[in-house]
Amino acid sequence: MIRLRLEKRPPLPDWAKAAIPLAAVAATLLLAAAPILAAGGNLWRSYYYLFYGALGSRVNLLESCVKASPLIFTGLGVAFAFRARFWNIGAEGQLMAGAIVAGWLGIALPIPSRLLHLAVIIGAAFLAGGLWAAIPAWLKFRLRVDDVVTTLLFNYIMMHVMGALLFGPLQQPDSSWPQSPEIRATAQYPVLVARSRFHLGIPLALVAAGLVWLIHRKTVLGYESRAVGANPVAAHFGGVPTSSVLLKTAVLSGGLAAMAGVGEVCAVQHHLLMDLSPGYGYSGIVVAMLGNLHPAGVVLAALFFSAVSVGSQTMSRMTGVPSYISEVIQGLALVVMLVALLLTEYRVRVRRGAGTGGGHG
Amino acid sequence: MDDLLSLAFLTGVLAAALRMATPILFATLGEIVGERAGVLNLGIEGTMLMGAMTGFTVAFKTGHLWLGVAAAAGVGMLLGLIMAVLVVYLGLSQHVSGLGLTLFATGLAMFIYRLVFGSPVLPPTVEPFRPVAVPLLARLPVLGPALFHQYALVYLSWLLIPAVSILLFRTRAGLRIRTVGENPLAADTVGINVHRTRTVSLVIGGALMGIGGAFLTLAHQNMFLMDVVGGRGWIAIAMVIFGNWSPAKGALGALLFGLLDGLQLRLQAVGLHVPFHVFLIIPYIMTVLAMISVSRKASAPAGLLKPYRREDKGG
Repeated sequence: MIRLRLEKRPPLPDWAKAAIPLAAVAATLLLAAAPILAAGGNLWRSYYYLFYGALGSRVNLLESCVKASPLIFTGLGVAFAFRARFWNIGAEGQLMAGAIVAGWLGIALPIPSRLLHLAVIIGAAFLAGGLWAAIPAWLKFRLRVDDVVTTLLFNYIMMHVMGALLFGPLQQPDSSWPQSPEIRATAQYPVLVARSRFHLGIPLALVAAGLVWLIHRKTVLGYESRAVGANPVAAHFGGVPTSSVLLKTAVLSGGLAAMAGVGEVCAVQHHLLMDLSPGYGYSGIVVAMLGNLHPAGVVLAALFFSAVSVGSQTMSRMTGVPSYISEVIQGLALVVMLVALLLTEYRVRVRRGAGTGGGHG
Repeated sequence: MDDLLSLAFLTGVLAAALRMATPILFATLGEIVGERAGVLNLGIEGTMLMGAMTGFTVAFKTGHLWLGVAAAAGVGMLLGLIMAVLVVYLGLSQHVSGLGLTLFATGLAMFIYRLVFGSPVLPPTVEPFRPVAVPLLARLPVLGPALFHQYALVYLSWLLIPAVSILLFRTRAGLRIRTVGENPLAADTVGINVHRTRTVSLVIGGALMGIGGAFLTLAHQNMFLMDVVGGRGWIAIAMVIFGNWSPAKGALGALLFGLLDGLQLRLQAVGLHVPFHVFLIIPYIMTVLAMISVSRKASAPAGLLKPYRREDKGG
């Protein structure tokens, strides 16, 4: 019988903590070798094409940035919520709420100025995502309803709302396909790099990361939300209005996730359609965790996963390893990161044979 | 409109409801076993998809449907074991570990399916389970064809409701599971192996989730689609809360969910143009409302979500 025992270890220096996500990425790629080898892929060739496919050419590099934009937004949203211990698993639904509003206003509003039109869309979509996240937050602090389950269920509610709209009022008139008409030209994000899809949403995501960092470090809300996350009871008795902090955190978190949906509608698709997001909301959880809930970490983690996602297409073409390897890598990364975080606090002692302590361990 | 009022329509709705409830019922019962032992298993959605994929693939390759079901149960047990290593032995966050397991298992299921079948134009199919009529009972008017002309797995899921109840509330093993879920320290003091009990519970739960997934690809449909589970695992999580961690009440919740789903399907089938997405929303909203109504008197196992580590007391 092999026993695992966890023992507290002295706190690690800061440089070691910063290296944890890197170690986690390395361990993840090591573990992902198993399915690649099982699929008959040559390991070096596979990983070469994975990263060449993501970064090796101008087109692919820009495409990786395009994929990173929604991941940064959902990752920031999830990270901000998790820091305050609001377990927002609903970024996918909040993304769709933002996308619906962006699609609707992009079609319906006849605003001649692109600047104004986009500002209205962004504001309204942010609010929609924020409110959609605020309901589970309200249910959590008011009625003690579990936020993990409600935010999850809200994803499916919003998905079916979108379905009802796309088979109803928002459906393109002459089509039986669940897709909206094209949004107006004034509602489309400008493309910033010629001959690519590199759009406004990418710098916007970086700006958002900077703003989240500022909110965290320099504002009362940031301070209070961190206090609630560290210890809700102590924060409450320390005079922090925990309910209102939770609500504001939720609005910001959901609004950020909604911005991912705005980008997909206004820059990538130019239509509202069902398969808008390949699970960006769920990937945002992985991005947030791997980024250690820090805005800069979120940006880096989002770039990593978008690179893996883009590169896996090339890898699949060249080696025959199914491109779903990128989903496998995401799941592995989340678990590995959790274990890595554990190892910063504890060391694991492996013992063989009957251990001490009565043998019930 | 005559169609809607006919007894045949009623029978159809009921039969569809029981069918739609079955995968959720398996998953709910599996989740209850784990949660009673103190572990919330959010890996459920991914476990069901792995069960659906494994069940289908094995049945397709061997031609034996029951072998597929057994393989799905086996894969579910394996994933339950992985969950146990993460949250029981390492004491990691149950929320994040479960989500990680779901993401991993979802990716792996799609990866393996693509590896085995490639990307054919038409998805491969199996000859699915056929309904089995219970002698005599199947001839009852209205109810007979709905209740007693079902798949064998449907009957199995009904048998599991009392079986899980008895396991949890009438056996020594069940007492251990519940003690470990309510108060792991006390359980440890009286000589119950907390880690092993939680692990076994997760493995049993995983098997049921896997079978629930296999029902989708071997009975409900005859093929594997990437979105075949479609959030049913999360519904099961909600049904556990809705049913206040009781197998019978959880089963009732699953049936209610199936009823709305079945009604929606039958209304579409008779060509009534209700916006069916509106129907699809109703069960989710009802679930949220139910969670709100039970939240005040919810009796979650006291040890739920809490890892148990002995080293803190020098053991």
